[in-house]
Amino acid sequence: MRKSKILFLLLTFILTVALIAGCSTGNTNNTSNAKEEKTIGLVISTLNNPFFVTLKNGAEAKAKELGYKLIVEDSQNDSSKELSNVEDLIQQKVDVLLINPVDSDAVVNAIKEANSKNIPVITLDRSANGGDVICHIASDNVKGGEMAAEFIAKTLNGKGNVVELEGIPGTSAARDRGKGFDEAIAKYPDIKIIAKQAADFDRSKGLSVMENILQAQPKIDAVFAQNDEMALGAIKAIESANRQGILVVGFDGTDDALKAIKDGKMAATIAQQPALIGSLGVEMADKYLKGEKVEKFIPAELKLITK
Amino acid sequence: MNLPEEKVTKINISEFLLKAKSLIGLVGLIVVFSILSPRFLDYYNLTNVLRQTSLNAIMAVGMTFVILTGGIDLSVGSILAFSSAITAGMLKDGSPLIIAVLAGLIIGTGLGFFNGFVIIRWNIPPFIATFAMMTVARGLTLVYTNGQPITGLGAAFGYIGNGYIGPIPVPIILTVLIFAIGYYILKNNRLGRYVYATGGNIQAAKLAGINTNNIILFVYSLSGFLAAISGLIITSRLNSAAPTAGQGAELDAIAAVVLGGTSLSGGEGGVIGTLIGALIIGILNNGLNLLNVSPFYQLIAKGAVILLAIALDKKESR
Repeated sequence: MRKSKILFLLLTFILTVALIAGCSTGNTNNTSNAKEEKTIGLVISTLNNPFFVTLKNGAEAKAKELGYKLIVEDSQNDSSKELSNVEDLIQQKVDVLLINPVDSDAVVNAIKEANSKNIPVITLDRSANGGDVICHIASDNVKGGEMAAEFIAKTLNGKGNVVELEGIPGTSAARDRGKGFDEAIAKYPDIKIIAKQAADFDRSKGLSVMENILQAQPKIDAVFAQNDEMALGAIKAIESANRQGILVVGFDGTDDALKAIKDGKMAATIAQQPALIGSLGVEMADKYLKGEKVEKFIPAELKLITK
Repeated sequence: MNLPEEKVTKINISEFLLKAKSLIGLVGLIVVFSILSPRFLDYYNLTNVLRQTSLNAIMAVGMTFVILTGGIDLSVGSILAFSSAITAGMLKDGSPLIIAVLAGLIIGTGLGFFNGFVIIRWNIPPFIATFAMMTVARGLTLVYTNGQPITGLGAAFGYIGNGYIGPIPVPIILTVLIFAIGYYILKNNRLGRYVYATGGNIQAAKLAGINTNNIILFVYSLSGFLAAISGLIITSRLNSAAPTAGQGAELDAIAAVVLGGTSLSGGEGGVIGTLIGALIIGILNNGLNLLNVSPFYQLIAKGAVILLAIALDKKESR
């Protein structure tokens, strides 16, 4: 008896929430019709990462500037959630769909669904391996890896021991940044990659993995971390081991990393510009809706940032 | 009235055997790594491993209590993240250190208490109740931090994670202290016996007059509290609270408990085994890094060692 009561309460609760949510979207649809405001949907792989939050903020700012209503959905790194987010946005009749895919393969069905309803799709940061996409906007991760390698090689005068901290094994960002870095470093015969370990793009793992590598390697001249979070963790490890003269280079250009560079704790970062990726997304959507021509691939610039 | 006494000694012997077996696994791992890597047994590396292990070990103590009652707590990683974010946010806003630390601990304990409350009040299975908390607390963390890490928390707060008492890092001392208290409660205290009784047979425990509801509230609150302590250590260590902190931490804690020989169905096991289990996981991570094993193979190695250790355990206890 008690259980069914709880179930009943729960269902009532869910229905109420759904009803309220339904009403409120109904309302906004009405107002948007009144103002003839067009709607852009943005499906983001995860908001559990500062990078994508900044991307979202960039898109929001641009949408406000150009007078679009932007609906943001969070896929929480889950491809099935992503599909239902896309379906929700199709239901809400968005004019353009910006997708930052969780996975390049798994997103294809979601894109095909949007295609079948004639909603144009733009992909951000990660590309899709199928479906009709009018435009893809991303920074060139392979190029970024090369930039990091060139910077390290130049600073070390073409000679030294390098540690590489990798991102989540198997992700395209880890693959591409690693590829660019490894290939560019290979041009310098006197620079050796003495350790290459995964720290999953995570600061606390960057700390513990670097602590372990410091134990194993008596001579380290530089560290390339495939994102800033791991680089900042590595810096903590180097500091508490009292090791001097190790060059740390990160990737992404987060606020924390920029501060560490300013303070002289970190040598450089390859800054992605997530806000730029987000705002380019909205800009391209705007162009497309106005009937202008949109390029298939728009690279968002990377920047080498040093002190 | 000799019966209960006999039972107690029996439990002690079987628990000792369980401990001995996981201990063999731990010693085996240490021997293998010290042969493969000359730096493994280095003093600095050993303090390094212990400090890294402390985070998981502390959470695993709470998890041991929960699992002893026949429950499970999937929310510790998210509780760690949320309580750390609260502490970091308050420090950033200029709150006094003590207040900010206490707030984090109270939040962690409170969320744990809520887990227990949901479980006893609505009779919801712990797996579901704490899974829901895992999701909600992660969401709360993202809302509170707006998805960005909170950094720059001041030198005084850094002591918890980076400080030393004599030659020993503070996190290691905290871990030893928490294990000692956990051991004392489970061994020499009525509360501990009630925890075992609740997990062994909840109906019998109720009939014996034990307020099992209070025991369940206690173990989940403890688990939340210890998750918050772990959170304080890592936040202090990194001088930063990340919204992604503690993701997957619940699985490491559960693995440590099970590796230590505590039964997932409750009523059997203890914190000494858990300590050994946490050390196995910590040493595995450290050793694989020292040997520069490819990350792809590391995942396979970790899973295989955990499976092997538990399989050995099962086989010998038959």
